[in-house]
Formats: sequence, structure tokens, C-alpha cells
Amino acid sequence: MQYLLMIYLNEVEYAKMEKEAEGKMLAEYQTFTQSIIASGNYKGGDRLQPTTTSTTVRVRDGKILTTDGPFAETREQLGGYYMIEANNLDEAIGIAARIPGARLGSIEVRPVWQYNH
Amino acid sequence: MTPEAIDQVFRDEAGRALATLIRLVGDFELAEDALQDAFAAALLNWRGAGAPANPRAWLVNVARNKAIDRIRRQRNFRAKEAEIVHAIERDAVSDEAAATPNDLDDDMLRLIFTCCHPSFAPEVQVALTLRTVCGLTTAEVARAFLASEEAMAQRLLRAKQKIRLAGIPYEVPGRHALEERLRGVLTVIYLVFTEGYLATSGPELIRHDLAREAIRLGRLVLGLMPEAPDIKGLLALMLLHDARRAGRTDASGDIVLLEEQDRSLWNSEQIAEGLDLVEQALGVRGRPQPYTVQAAIAALHAQAQSYHDTDWRQIVGLYEVLLRIAPSPVIELNHAAAVSMVDGPARALALVESLAARGGLRQYDLLPAVRADLLRRLDRREEARSAYRAARDSTQLEPLKRLYARRLVELDAGA
Repeated sequence: MQYLLMIYLNEVEYAKMEKEAEGKMLAEYQTFTQSIIASGNYKGGDRLQPTTTSTTVRVRDGKILTTDGPFAETREQLGGYYMIEANNLDEAIGIAARIPGARLGSIEVRPVWQYNH
Repeated sequence: MTPEAIDQVFRDEAGRALATLIRLVGDFELAEDALQDAFAAALLNWRGAGAPANPRAWLVNVARNKAIDRIRRQRNFRAKEAEIVHAIERDAVSDEAAATPNDLDDDMLRLIFTCCHPSFAPEVQVALTLRTVCGLTTAEVARAFLASEEAMAQRLLRAKQKIRLAGIPYEVPGRHALEERLRGVLTVIYLVFTEGYLATSGPELIRHDLAREAIRLGRLVLGLMPEAPDIKGLLALMLLHDARRAGRTDASGDIVLLEEQDRSLWNSEQIAEGLDLVEQALGVRGRPQPYTVQAAIAALHAQAQSYHDTDWRQIVGLYEVLLRIAPSPVIELNHAAAVSMVDGPARALALVESLAARGGLRQYDLLPAVRADLLRRLDRREEARSAYRAARDSTQLEPLKRLYARRLVELDAGA
């Protein structure tokens, strides 16, 4: 099965992180990503720019409406994601728990909708 | 065979039949629907002829065929479904030859671990366990939660869909995760029991049906995993608490406090079984386990001739162990109540006030009640009165409301 692992964290707090700590975090992310590529679980993944760069788009009555910022103001923001292949939810939870960001923020594990299932 | 007798067989066999069926057909919802079909068939067949020698095997067999029928009837029956049907039929042949009692035990454990999966909210774990492992009807589960049957059916349906769509595995967790997951299973059993032992709301103090189901679950898990840590402690705890049932309410359903209970009403057979289990649980090497320590406290109460003859000093010591290994506001409150019996109400009140100041127990109506009791014993009547009023207003449980109202009347009478 495929799962989307969404990494949420408080980006204001994250921005305050010391250079050295951030460097260590990025190195941990690299190690983690390499490990799930090697195990065959990795399908994709990216880090996202902060929500100050985001734009929300709606189409109403055929007109495109845009607003500055994310769809909802929340305490934690989506900061990145991995798309993985796992045998079941237990394996997906195990992988999510190894994401370095899980120790700071939280990871939402969502199964991907499968057609013809 | 009467419909009632058939119903009893269903209740006894539903959990295990479903557990095996889910493995055979590979889908939780399909297995449940097919088992319902099999129950309907049994109602027709058994009424005249009586139940077959092995009702569970009969139910599993008929349900498996019903599952195949259901798959075939699906609108878009294609190659993939044909494959599934083929797999179910093939497994059926090999299964009958190879199934050992051990396999069937494993099926039951798979079902229990699936229902108690940590990706479900605790109340969903409890509802799923009652419905599938214990074989309660949706209406009965709804009653346990004081929810409407429709709302409960929706909730159970969503949970079963999550099993399939989120890929919750139908298996006993591996060694690395087993202890943690087992703790979750014990928590669910204890949640069922505590709701039965002291309902959180409603007209009755004791929901005996739920307490009984919890004890049944405890026995089941002990039978399946006798070496599991703390399971003996949990079963002992439930047996010892439940043994006092007959003494806990009077004829009118009013609560009788431990202090005033007629100890001859306690179930001595159940106490003996509980004491034996505590002994075994305490004999296990390693660090003390929370349910086992609580059971040891219950054992001291069960063995005492009277409230005042109770070994309060040892109970205080055991609560201090609990505060170290499994601290919680409820344990702190119970510890304070025990301290009052050893060092007097003044020291206990200081502990309760400190707990209240930290705001640890905001939604727990027993804090004002314990506080009120201590103030009454210290003869600080005005404060006791307002604490009893607070206790009365914060409980949803009718017998407790009446108890606190009675205490208020006693205080006013200067008793």
C-alpha cells in the first residue's frame, strides 16, 4: 500500500533553530531518506518552503480567487512530505516514527486512495 | 432448540468464529457480514434439528460459503474476485486438514490486537472489542456508551473501513512491539471494566454486564497468553473489585461506601480466585507492574475483617509504589485517602489541596468528594458543606448525587 507521510511542525519555532542544530537535522534527514531508498519504501518526498510563500486558490462562478497564505491557520504547518510504499499501517507508522521531524512536530500518516480496490 | 439457546451459542462462539473467518476471507467487513448470514441460517436450521456437535465449525463453514456468494453477487465480479474466491476455497481445504487449536488461538489474538490497534481512539477500541471479540450487538454496545444505535453503527462502520483502507494488519505484533501493544489491550479491558464497575453516568452505579464482559476478556487473554506481563494482576484486580459488588449498593440502588459495607455479602469464591492470582502475579520477577500492585491493594481490602482493621500502612506503601511506576491524579487521590487512615485527615487534606492546586483532576468529581470527607472528619463543617455541594454538582451519576445530598443533610443535622 502507498502512504503519504505529512510532516507538520511549528515553522516559527523551527526558524529560530540554531544553525548548528539545523545542520544536524538536515544530515539526519539525509540519512533517513537514504535508508528508506535502500529498503525500497521510498516513492518520493520533498521539503516545502514556509507557508509565508503559499497561495490558496479557489474557483467560484468561474472566477479564480487567490488568497495570501495557507488554507487554514494552525499551530503546526505542513513542512514536507514523503510518499512511501509499505506492507501495512504498522510498517508505515514505524517509518513515520523514524522521520527526524517526528521528534519536534508530528507526522500524519494517510493511506493513498486506491482505485479498483 | 429455543431462540434464546441459539442466541447464547452465537454469543459464545461469535468472537472466535469471526476471528477465524477474517483470516480465511481476508476482509473484516466481509467476514462480519457473512457471519451474520450464517447466524440467520443457523436460526432456521437449529431450531428444529438442534445445534451441530461443533457449532463454531458449522458457523465458520457456512459463513465461508456465504462470503463466496457475496463476492460472486457483487456487480463488478471480475478476474480479481474470481481469484479471491479461488483462494478462499483453496484455503478452506488446507485449513480443515491443518487447523490446530493453536492456530485458532492465534486467530483470536489477531482479532484482539486488531480491535485494540493504537491508531484507533480508545473509545473506538473499546466499542470494536465489545462488538467483535465479545459478540455484543450494536444496540448493546450503544447502550454501554449511552449513544444511539445509529450513531454507534456509524462509528463501528468507520472503524472497520479504516482497518481495510488504512491497511491495519490482521496479525499478532512482532516481538519488538508486543509488550507495548499488549499494554494497550489490557487498557481496553480495564476501560470496559471500569465503565462497568463505576459507570460515568446514568441511573445505575454498576453496569454488571460490562464488568462481566471485561472479566471474560481478561480470562480469554490470560488463556491465550499466560506469560503476558500484568495480565494476572489485571484479572485479579477485576475479580477482587467485582467480588464486592453485592455490598456496594443497597436495595434501593444507593451507594454503600467501603466503610459501611456488609462484608459477608462479598463473593468469597471470587476473592479466593483473585487472591491466588495476585500471589502468582507478585511472584513474577522483574519490576512491579501497575495492575498487579493495584490488585495487591484490593487484596488487602478483601482480606480485612473491617474497614478499621485494614492494613492501611501497607496500602499507603503500595500506593507509593504506584506513584513511582504509574503516577496519575487518581492514584494521588487514592493515596491521600489511605494516608488519612494512617496519619489522620489533616495530612491527607494537605495532599489533596496540593493536587487540586496543580489542577490535575479537574474533570474528576471524586476530588471534591474526598476533600469534603476529610473536611467533615476535621469538623470544618462550612467548608465540608460547600465541598459536598461541589461534588454533588459535578457528578453525572444519580446514586453518587444522592450520597452527597445525604452527607449534606447529616452535616446540617449536626450528625
